[in-house]
Amino acid sequence: MSNRAKFETVIGLEVHVELNTKTKIFCSCKNEFGAEPNTYICPNCLGLPGSLPVFNGEVLHHAIKAGLALGCSIAQKSKFDRKNYYYPDLPKAYQISQFDMPIAVNGRIDIVFRDGQKKRIGITRLHMEEDAGKLIHLTATGQIADAQQSLVDYNRGGVPLAEIVSEPDMRTPEEAYLYLTTIKSIMKYINVSDCNMEEGSLRCDANVSIRPWGQEKFGTKVEIKNMNSFKNVQKALEYEVDRQTRMTESGEAIVQETRLWDTAKGKTFSMRSKEGSHDYRYFPEPDLPPLEISNSYIETIAKELPELPLAKAERFVAEYGIPAYDAGVLTADLATARWYEKAAKLSGEPKQCSNWIMGDMMAKMNEAGIEEISDTKITPENLSGMIKLIKDGTISGKIAKQVFEEMFANGGDAAKIVKDKGLVQITDAGAIEKAVEAVIAANAKAVDEIKGGKVNGIGFLVGQVMKQTGGKANPQMVNELLRKKISG
Amino acid sequence: MVITRKDVEYIAHLSRLEITEQEAEQYTKELSDILEHINRLSKLNTDNVEPTYFTMDMKNVTRSDVVKPSIDKQKVFVAAPSIENNGFKVPKII
Repeated sequence: MSNRAKFETVIGLEVHVELNTKTKIFCSCKNEFGAEPNTYICPNCLGLPGSLPVFNGEVLHHAIKAGLALGCSIAQKSKFDRKNYYYPDLPKAYQISQFDMPIAVNGRIDIVFRDGQKKRIGITRLHMEEDAGKLIHLTATGQIADAQQSLVDYNRGGVPLAEIVSEPDMRTPEEAYLYLTTIKSIMKYINVSDCNMEEGSLRCDANVSIRPWGQEKFGTKVEIKNMNSFKNVQKALEYEVDRQTRMTESGEAIVQETRLWDTAKGKTFSMRSKEGSHDYRYFPEPDLPPLEISNSYIETIAKELPELPLAKAERFVAEYGIPAYDAGVLTADLATARWYEKAAKLSGEPKQCSNWIMGDMMAKMNEAGIEEISDTKITPENLSGMIKLIKDGTISGKIAKQVFEEMFANGGDAAKIVKDKGLVQITDAGAIEKAVEAVIAANAKAVDEIKGGKVNGIGFLVGQVMKQTGGKANPQMVNELLRKKISG
Repeated sequence: MVITRKDVEYIAHLSRLEITEQEAEQYTKELSDILEHINRLSKLNTDNVEPTYFTMDMKNVTRSDVVKPSIDKQKVFVAAPSIENNGFKVPKII
């Protein structure tokens, strides 16, 4: 970034994660995305007079599990509070949240850069709260600002949320991106949320400021909302850092405000909010008894925690000798990590497995728009079988690419594909010699040049032999034979 | 007076309440009296008293995560001023 020379960027993130319990946090309506508007509603989540909230115990379980996975201390005493504000997506005119006694505090996660370097980001707190309803803005022009009316859908109202607040520890938009993807990865590993940003089950607000290098005091912070994808978070922050830098350099003061990211325009714009709208007048929720968390309950949940992504990545590096970057990619998603580890063990070739997944597999998945490795037609057994065929010389690496393509398109056992398509490598010296002689005869000029010292011309001849044999000749044997024939 | 008329008007605005001149006058006095009483309580020594967050002797009240039927949206829609595409239609709010 252009501002690097003069200013240091400071970013803190507030991440809202929808917990994947079966029911809402304070009533027994179904917690499910995508139903027809206002299908999962009841007097409680509509805020009708006389209804009372009853806390879903599974939300507490998920929140403690998430807190532990983020390295937090779990509170022994916790309670809910009312956060008061008027907005049509909040039918009670207050949100039940947690103010001064959140369920988890003082955590940390490590983010890993592409080069394997790590950085620790502090987690200030994690608290439980209810989600608001969803607003659909009716606008003729497609611009939110031009909306005259809105439709409210309360299916999401009362869905349990964990709000995770980071310390202002991030210094670049890239770090913010890595922090977010790490949070997602951890939440998915521990199975408390599916963290789908496009469906809104993970949402993120960012606080951004800049300050001259060496200055301790933070600059005026701006809050950015409405970033609806991981890439957009990075883009919005890059834009905002740039905007604040330009303003500061031209002597303008940064205004503390909330800005919305506009994906289409690639800009943030000011969301003018009415004065006093942030005076939430929190007070203890009188309808919900406080929580006292026993150590034994915390310990029970701690035992449920699986090996987390970073620990798994580090184990993969140590155990399978793969690069840290590859290990990071392979462990970002639990299904991929399990898939890889199975193939690595079956084939006994962990590095080869990693190379095939990182290379051909991911390229093909991208092409086909497949996100989860388990949704492809290839199984760990298939990949392992193919790698074994390369290892024992049955097929060359080049033919393997063909086999892989077939497996990706239609699935199936590598050995059977090789047999059915006649792809077995030619290792018969006689057959190879015949092809080599034919190529030498047809390329007299190239042969002369090689003899004259243009040694790298040999690659061209190898290619010709491979072409003649349909790629099936053992390339090493071809190479050796060619050299012998030409020099001899 | 511990609170001013301006405070009362501000709070009324936050709560979206329309109040008359006379009410503003009356609430300023009433709320001041309440706060003055709270101030008196604050003078008590509470060093050895645990803070109260809840007035009944209850804790850890939870329910099982089991879905129960929601209500028929049509029953709610009849009470709503305006409905469109199964949504509650409200005025522009941005």
